[in-house]
Amino acid sequence: MSWMNLFNNAAWAGNSFMPTQATNIAQQVDSLYSFLLWSSGVACAIIIGGMAFFAIKYKRKTNTDKTAYITHNTLAEFLWSFIPLVIFLAVFGWGWHIYHQMRNFPDNALEIHVNGKQWAWDFTYKSGKKSGGEFYVPVNTPVKLIMSSEDVIHSFYIPSMRIKQDVVPGRYTAEWFNAEKLGDYHVFCTEYCGAAHSSMSATLHVVSQEDYEKWLQENDEGLTLAQRGQKYYTEKGCVACHSIDGSVKVGPTWKGLFGRQESWEGGGSGIADENYLRESILNPNVKIVNGYAKGLMPPYQGQLSENDVNALIEYIKELK
Amino acid sequence: MAHADTHTSYIYAEKGLLSWFTTLDHKRIALLYFVTVMTFFLFGGIAALLIRTELFAPGGQLFTGNSYNQVLTYHGAIMVFMVIVPGIPAILGNFFLPLHIGAKDVAFPRLNLLSWYVFMAGALLGVSTLFTSKIDTGWTFYTPYSIKTGSAVVTMVIAVFIMGMSSILTGLNFIVTVHKLRCPGMTMSRIPLFVWAVYSTAIIQVLATPILAITLLLLAAERTLGVGIFDPKLGGDPVLFQHFFWFYSHPAVYIMILPAMGVISELISTFSRKVIFGYTAIAYSSLGIAAVSFFVWGHHMFVSGQSEVAGVVFSFLTMLVGVPTAIKMFNWLATLYKSSINFASPMLYALGFMFLFVIGGVTGIMLAVVGVDIHFHDTYFVVAHFHYVMVGGTLMALMGGFYYWFPKMFGKMFNETYARLSFVFIFVGFNVTFFPQFILGAMGMPRRYFDYIPAYESLNRISTVGSYTIAIGFLLGLYTIVNGLRSGEKAPDNPWGSKTLEWTVSSPPTMHNFEVEPIVTAGPYEYR
Repeated sequence: MSWMNLFNNAAWAGNSFMPTQATNIAQQVDSLYSFLLWSSGVACAIIIGGMAFFAIKYKRKTNTDKTAYITHNTLAEFLWSFIPLVIFLAVFGWGWHIYHQMRNFPDNALEIHVNGKQWAWDFTYKSGKKSGGEFYVPVNTPVKLIMSSEDVIHSFYIPSMRIKQDVVPGRYTAEWFNAEKLGDYHVFCTEYCGAAHSSMSATLHVVSQEDYEKWLQENDEGLTLAQRGQKYYTEKGCVACHSIDGSVKVGPTWKGLFGRQESWEGGGSGIADENYLRESILNPNVKIVNGYAKGLMPPYQGQLSENDVNALIEYIKELK
Repeated sequence: MAHADTHTSYIYAEKGLLSWFTTLDHKRIALLYFVTVMTFFLFGGIAALLIRTELFAPGGQLFTGNSYNQVLTYHGAIMVFMVIVPGIPAILGNFFLPLHIGAKDVAFPRLNLLSWYVFMAGALLGVSTLFTSKIDTGWTFYTPYSIKTGSAVVTMVIAVFIMGMSSILTGLNFIVTVHKLRCPGMTMSRIPLFVWAVYSTAIIQVLATPILAITLLLLAAERTLGVGIFDPKLGGDPVLFQHFFWFYSHPAVYIMILPAMGVISELISTFSRKVIFGYTAIAYSSLGIAAVSFFVWGHHMFVSGQSEVAGVVFSFLTMLVGVPTAIKMFNWLATLYKSSINFASPMLYALGFMFLFVIGGVTGIMLAVVGVDIHFHDTYFVVAHFHYVMVGGTLMALMGGFYYWFPKMFGKMFNETYARLSFVFIFVGFNVTFFPQFILGAMGMPRRYFDYIPAYESLNRISTVGSYTIAIGFLLGLYTIVNGLRSGEKAPDNPWGSKTLEWTVSSPPTMHNFEVEPIVTAGPYEYR
């Protein structure tokens, strides 16, 4: 499975089924959530328990049962309006307090530019370092994500940080976190964005300052052509729609693709050779494999160098 | 019409299929709505089962990502606009609002029939657009996705607006009927709480629906004149569409739930044979909910990029809706105190409603707490919450109300055993389906996902099994209804011992409802 180990440490925090808490804010959110769960439990116990108790106690015995004639009771009505109001306002204030911290960006934060597009996340660092499908941050450092979208609205959600923010075309939005635990964390897109919405994910690696510096310096030297292709497979977002294990996603699988006999929508067929793959990467709507939809894959013409395309094709060749 | 016999049952007063499509009788129009709404419910339900089947395991089972998104849109759009919104007001409201206040019909019978035709025009346009254009935007039609994915969003908004027009007409009709056609002695403080609820709903319908017209106008201006309003490529703001959409659709949520609350008040009082506790509080809390409902739309947009101040204000206002809702729950509970409870199937639905609605309510408060909502927003927690409110609330009330009034509507009794069995399947199946979704949401599973990570698999399996259980429950319900219509015993005029006016006339009622104009001297729940 290409899915990352989502919540690496303890699977779920406590018994509240929340993902691992990776930040101080996440702990605060969970405390408030626990309070809400407990007070909701009490409210449910009162209403459902009361209902069950009355249902048993006042079950109809004869069709001429006498019932009490109680039209109202001012004290009771005041109490059950006022007490909920006080609780609601208390949790409102508490929630505000947490939200204010989420929206209050630290001045010294490490800034990373996030770009959302159907269906991949790209990350750009101040040093010019770029990455796709995954990104690295140092532990115990406030990180600010400055986000924009190329096409439709997406939403950048890191469950373990308890943060989420829509990524809107035509403007910047931002969110921040300060990860206190090393590990790999899942990122989901949570604003519906089309066919491969559920595959539009990324991995956040929280690493030591040292490892972070090292990663920033890394480049593609020393990788074989196919290894570079494998890297682009996640980085360029191919992973959202094409599987490498034979399973059907939005587009055809890459497993055994090279040399396969394909037939196309609207007639015609051919062997998937280098030229076919090249055309399908750079200009994907020319030939659509039978059973798949046209117009879903964006053309990569102008976005990949000759070398990048070579690397991808080399990688596909290896997926037998 | 000239041949109509006003002294026999409304069902046989006019003859022939055509007489149903030209009828001006509010009871017959209610049945027209019943047949059409239930047909849509069947389609929406099948889509729901397909969705759950797909989600039984990770990866593709039945669909690709693309076709899954279409089925998801069919389910959402059909259930919201063609089932839950019109459901209770158009079926039960049309039938019983005039009977409840001692009127022969609604104030404008021709307008009432027109409402049905307008609804059908909108619904058919909507359904045909959904299927022919393979719309995959979800029922919310968010821009700019909806603009990119095809041109059908304008047609779809037109369809929703036409159905909204029908809502406006029905709403106007009900408001005028309540003000002008109450029989002698039927003061506003003696009208049944169902009428108060439908009346409050009618006010929202009339005030909220025009927003859709404005949205439509702006969308059309953008598409045809190239004025940048929602499309960022033209300098527009896609988030503005969300503001407009929720400014209508949030009040619409209360259009869906308020009538259900009205039905529950009737059921609880009748089947516990006790005067409703806090009549005034329940009536005014309906109006209170209707008023506040216009000022909470921003809680759908906590992560949309709206300012921190907006988030906080909308969180605060949303808390205020919680209070009148809590008041209603406690009033129903207090009504059960020292009562005499008959566990007939309609009452089972009412108690089931209270059970599910309190869970829907407290999780609603959790989502209104802005700091916590950031985590839950657009996850399965939200999906579970609104199904607890819309299905656990509205649909349970619709079913309960339908069984309650079945003897009056058709003059026959249904089989109580089947009805109870149907309830058990629906109630248990519902909890099995949707409770695991709260946990999935807490674990971070986003909604509208065609595929998911293995960690979410077991809970999704449970949920899918639950959905099949619900389906069995509804099939049993359908059988109960058909069986009751075919071979049910003749119903007495007042099988449940209710005190409201509709139970004083024959079952089924005659064309003009009341042979003699009733004169009311007491409230609707005088069980002494």
